[in-house]
Amino acid sequence: MKRLWKALSLPLYAVITGLILGAIIMAIAKYNPWSAYGSLLMGAFGNPIAIGNTVSGAIPLMLTALGIAVAFRTGLFNIGAEGQYWVGAMAAVFIGYNFASMPWYFHIPLALIAAMVAGGLWGGVIPGLAKAWVGAHEVITTMMMSYIAILLAHYMVEKGPMMQQGFVPQSPPITSSATLPTILTNSNLSAGLYIALAAVVVVHILLFYTSFGYKLRAVGYNAFAARYSGLPVALYTVLSLGISGVLAGLAGGVQFLGVDYQLTDTFQSGYGYTAIVVALLARNNPLGIVLASIFFSALSSGSQMMQITSGVSANMTDVITGIIIFFVAADRLYAYILRTFRKKQVIAVARKEVQG
Amino acid sequence: MALLEIAGLRKVFGQVVANDHVDLTVMPGETHAILGENGAGKSTLIKMISGLYKPDAGTILFDGALRNFNNPREAIVAGIGVVHQHFMLIPALTVAENVVLGIHGGWGRYDRKTAEEQVSKLSKEVGLPLDPTRKVEDLPVGMQQRVEIVKALYRQAKLLVLDEPTAVLTPQETEDLFEVVHHLNQDGIPVIFISHKLDEVRAVAHKVTVMRAGKTVFESPVGSASAQQLAYWMVGRDIVLQTQRDVVQSGATVLSVNDLTVFDDRHTKKVDNVSFAVKEGEIFGLAGVDGNGQTELVEAITGLRKLAHGSVYLQDKDISRASVAKRIEQGIAYIPQDRQRDGLVLPFSIADNLQLREVSKAPFSKGGWLQKRAARKHAEQLVEEFDIRPRNVDLPVGDLSGGNQQKVILAREMARRPMLLVAVQPTRGLDVGAIEGIHKHLLALRSEGRSILLVSLELDEILMLSDRIGVMHAGHLVAVYNNGEVSREELGLAMTGEITAKEAGA
Repeated sequence: MKRLWKALSLPLYAVITGLILGAIIMAIAKYNPWSAYGSLLMGAFGNPIAIGNTVSGAIPLMLTALGIAVAFRTGLFNIGAEGQYWVGAMAAVFIGYNFASMPWYFHIPLALIAAMVAGGLWGGVIPGLAKAWVGAHEVITTMMMSYIAILLAHYMVEKGPMMQQGFVPQSPPITSSATLPTILTNSNLSAGLYIALAAVVVVHILLFYTSFGYKLRAVGYNAFAARYSGLPVALYTVLSLGISGVLAGLAGGVQFLGVDYQLTDTFQSGYGYTAIVVALLARNNPLGIVLASIFFSALSSGSQMMQITSGVSANMTDVITGIIIFFVAADRLYAYILRTFRKKQVIAVARKEVQG
Repeated sequence: MALLEIAGLRKVFGQVVANDHVDLTVMPGETHAILGENGAGKSTLIKMISGLYKPDAGTILFDGALRNFNNPREAIVAGIGVVHQHFMLIPALTVAENVVLGIHGGWGRYDRKTAEEQVSKLSKEVGLPLDPTRKVEDLPVGMQQRVEIVKALYRQAKLLVLDEPTAVLTPQETEDLFEVVHHLNQDGIPVIFISHKLDEVRAVAHKVTVMRAGKTVFESPVGSASAQQLAYWMVGRDIVLQTQRDVVQSGATVLSVNDLTVFDDRHTKKVDNVSFAVKEGEIFGLAGVDGNGQTELVEAITGLRKLAHGSVYLQDKDISRASVAKRIEQGIAYIPQDRQRDGLVLPFSIADNLQLREVSKAPFSKGGWLQKRAARKHAEQLVEEFDIRPRNVDLPVGDLSGGNQQKVILAREMARRPMLLVAVQPTRGLDVGAIEGIHKHLLALRSEGRSILLVSLELDEILMLSDRIGVMHAGHLVAVYNNGEVSREELGLAMTGEITAKEAGA
């Protein structure tokens, strides 16, 4: 219980600090932070449909952040999850609009598996092997692969093989047999939620209850000791980045089978980047990722309402996000503040004892 | 008049007396060697001279004034230049930039041309020609050392301290360095030359001071001290405390190393054609000064480093090319020198660390699932047996003291009842009580008929535990002795390279 609190406290401080500083900035700009945050909250959770949309927005974040967390746990920085998301999306949509005669219980799994394989190969296996064989750093390779993926997706729908007949740069929509059903009427929330939650549980079990996960973590904490223990560090690098890419690819697949249905030429989800923040805030804990992704999704889904009713720009939520990132990254600062505070307490107590 | 006069210097860290009654006098224009084993207190002394540590007692008289340096900067300003074993250079900057760094100009102004001219001129004057425009990262190690020396001279050093300067040099670079030292002496600049190699000290120094166990025990002009005498003072003459060792009948050969040659990461030959065997129920001690190939030899035996030539057999199996995992399975246990880097995963709990080497096997996992209860039970047993404190097996190993961390490794490696235990510096940095406990465990393992290859820089430890003692110097196994048939002086001479041929039978 004490350890749980310890794990939760620092991210919580970061979030609270972010919100307070955000409020101060709003107050300086002569807005009422109370009404702004009120409308933000209403926009994100005010009615069942708003809740549905907030949770729906959290699904791709959750899956992508899970992937990033697996890589982090192995000491690797998968910065190209955005690209893996898009190759997953492409693969899922391609399977989704072909094979129209297939029953849904084959079609959906096939599309999702294709998304996972594509994401895994793109983000994991290629950069993983490059790192294992020639030492190419995964921050560079995953990021470059990400750009290639995004541009490839552009090409696919702009006169490429996935372009719908006509002049609009978009792919054909997926067939109904490939569509994930909506589970809350009038909202975007699809059955993808179940897939995301299942993935959270699976990753949690994998990391903490299997010898494979133990080894992934051992490699991440101390590659030297892992090598000393006879673990093939290179293999685990490839596997970890592979799993990371699989999850980001699955995020793209779930999003397009459940919400977007067809590729259009606006290839900026931002999920791949926000997910890094989610993973950091959750300290790579799968269960924490659920909460953190809902939090960031709420910031984004509530920001429109905040802009409409209180006049604060929706971009304010980006400022808050930035502040939170800063304070998550600066957790040593909190540790320092807490320590000095405690030291002062000890001194104060000691003084009292001497005087009393 | 002496330039540097140190009297009664003392430095204590916690319970450890690192320096005590240290006296040293350095005259202008002479090279004064300080000789001693690892841990004799040489580095502590240098750190006090250079302002990194403040002495607890004693005086430092330098250049006619009593000095009490608060930081290295004050020492530099006073005229003390130190070239540390690990260079303090910025690889991405040029030679000139490194030399003038922190001294030149005011805020952000850097006059490249003047700096380069000055550095070029100075380096020629002192006989250390350098190209000031080259980047330091492109220079070989010997040249980088020159940059350090020029850097010190640029800061108008009146005394130069070289801390184990030859440790990183090739023989040719060493020759060049000696030239430079002579040149500096001719210019009246004295050099303090820290070393643990007798031959070098005799080649370069005028005077020598020997340190042992934190004290200066002997001082003499180099010419009038024999190698035997120096070795004798260096390793001391304390009577070795004999631990009770029952005689175990030596049986079959467990480990045999044949004509082994190994290179380090810089492609330098570190182990040169080494052969030896360790028998059942035997502790084979490998003595030697740090950096003479012991690390690479051990890595080749445990599978962490490829061997260039030769073979390693465990019993009658050739394991020369086997993976680390395979070797673990075959029964090799390993206590690595750097416990925090190689031996432990610090954020993992005690229980998790105790299963580190065998996590895929029963009872620790079944069908890929971690068996947490079995790991716990195993850990609780070992924590008790090896007296690991605190007894909480869920505690991250990073929170334990060094001695208890070492016990975790020892427990893990010994619990597997290995055929061969390779133990490198198993008691490094531990207190007397912990050392005794670890020695007891090693001897108990030997009594069970297991074999141990013990690598240690502490001669006392080697003499106390080993059945046979091999000595390494410059990559060669220069001698193998039966314990009891060799004196400390002989071992000391072999360690410093004064004995080069195998003189004792195996």
